[in-house]
Amino acid sequence: MGDLLVKDKELVIPGQDLATGMDFLPASGTFRDNDKIVATQLGSVSVNGRLIKIMPLNGRYIPKRGDIVIGKIVDMNFSNWFVDIGYANDAVLSSKEISVDYVEKGTDLSQYYDLGDYIAAGITNVSKLKLIDLTMRGQGLRKLTNGRIIKISSVKVPRLIGKEGSMISMIKDITECKIMVGQNGLVWINGPDGKKELLAVEAINLISEKTQEPNLTEKVKEFLEKRKKENV
Amino acid sequence: MYKKRSDGRKFDEIRPVEAKVGLIKRADGSAMFRIGKTIAIAAVYGPRELYPKFLQDHSKGILRCNYNMMSFSGSGERVRPGGSRRSKEISMLTESALSPVLDLSEFPGAVVDVFVEILQSDAGTRCAGICAAAMALADAGFNMKDLVSAVSVGRVEDKLVVDLDNVEEHYEDEREVADIPVAIMPRTGKITLLQMDGICSKEQLSKAMQLAQEACKKIYEVQKKALMERYKI
Repeated sequence: MGDLLVKDKELVIPGQDLATGMDFLPASGTFRDNDKIVATQLGSVSVNGRLIKIMPLNGRYIPKRGDIVIGKIVDMNFSNWFVDIGYANDAVLSSKEISVDYVEKGTDLSQYYDLGDYIAAGITNVSKLKLIDLTMRGQGLRKLTNGRIIKISSVKVPRLIGKEGSMISMIKDITECKIMVGQNGLVWINGPDGKKELLAVEAINLISEKTQEPNLTEKVKEFLEKRKKENV
Repeated sequence: MYKKRSDGRKFDEIRPVEAKVGLIKRADGSAMFRIGKTIAIAAVYGPRELYPKFLQDHSKGILRCNYNMMSFSGSGERVRPGGSRRSKEISMLTESALSPVLDLSEFPGAVVDVFVEILQSDAGTRCAGICAAAMALADAGFNMKDLVSAVSVGRVEDKLVVDLDNVEEHYEDEREVADIPVAIMPRTGKITLLQMDGICSKEQLSKAMQLAQEACKKIYEVQKKALMERYKI
């Protein structure tokens, strides 16, 4: 029979044995070595039925098809923009993939997106060599003007969004800011005034620091309401 | 006859070990490893695109290590800054000691840089560097099959010793010393680095390897604790 050697949510390091026996299945962040399941990442264990996986605590964003990311235009040529999305390679946005119907040949692309602009884009394809294609066609995909951009670790994005978006919509409600979270860990915040934006930034940094704590949504809510009272 | 070690340790005893993870804020991962008076810090940056392009590997990312002794790290004499034949060699063997555990298949064409700096040296710097680098890579969140623990073992006259210090490494009769740095994957006990400076018999070598396995287990526990401490609630 299989035995679980660690508890759910326990912190483990690479090379640590997680379970013995064939009853459990290795998922992301783990591998099978004969009859053992071993961790390959630093993180907390998550046991879901027979599946064992690791929720990593640090690490780079790994692009997946269908993700919405926020990136910065770092280069362009006659028909493409190159976008830094926090991965090792820059992603490519073709002029055919922008929301404008038709881009005439020889148009100066900087009139749409210029160097240093931030955009919210969708990933349409990730090739085997990790060449990443982006698109601007889709709901909410656009150039991000006004507001501010902050960066958190991409592994903390699920926590920032919360279950069915509970965390992020709570922050939006209390701070009255428009917030957009890219899967790569870049967050765009645009509020009615700088104070409210800063409040949202503080809340997001708090989540990023205390990712592992239970009942985080409640704690952040408490924090935000307290800070709001102090200010008003 | 080698009767007593200069610091009064037992022959199979390692020097006091201390480890800390996450001390360089701007790095993707970082760690400090101290064994006795030897201190190493490691910082990981990347993955980032590798240039010149012909060095890129399109099936996986590349690990690039850089070992450096700080100019004030020596005992007395100032260490001449910049690379040397020795630092180049140790950079290379750090790479080959770590790459068996590291999985960079998610990052084709990219490079992961590991910078190992020796703040203070008292023998065993390459082993301390490897220990620190392994922790820093784990801290950066890379997929790793295992951690790597390293220690030097050896022979002084008739005795097998673990974790040689500077006094032993520069023993009065240099023919009577063998210094064997070993890096081990603690889970499987497999060896990723094995060098020897000096001579010893076949029997002594295999005995020394057993001692290295034992010592690495102790070092592994310290590394593990340091990594856990970093993310403790």
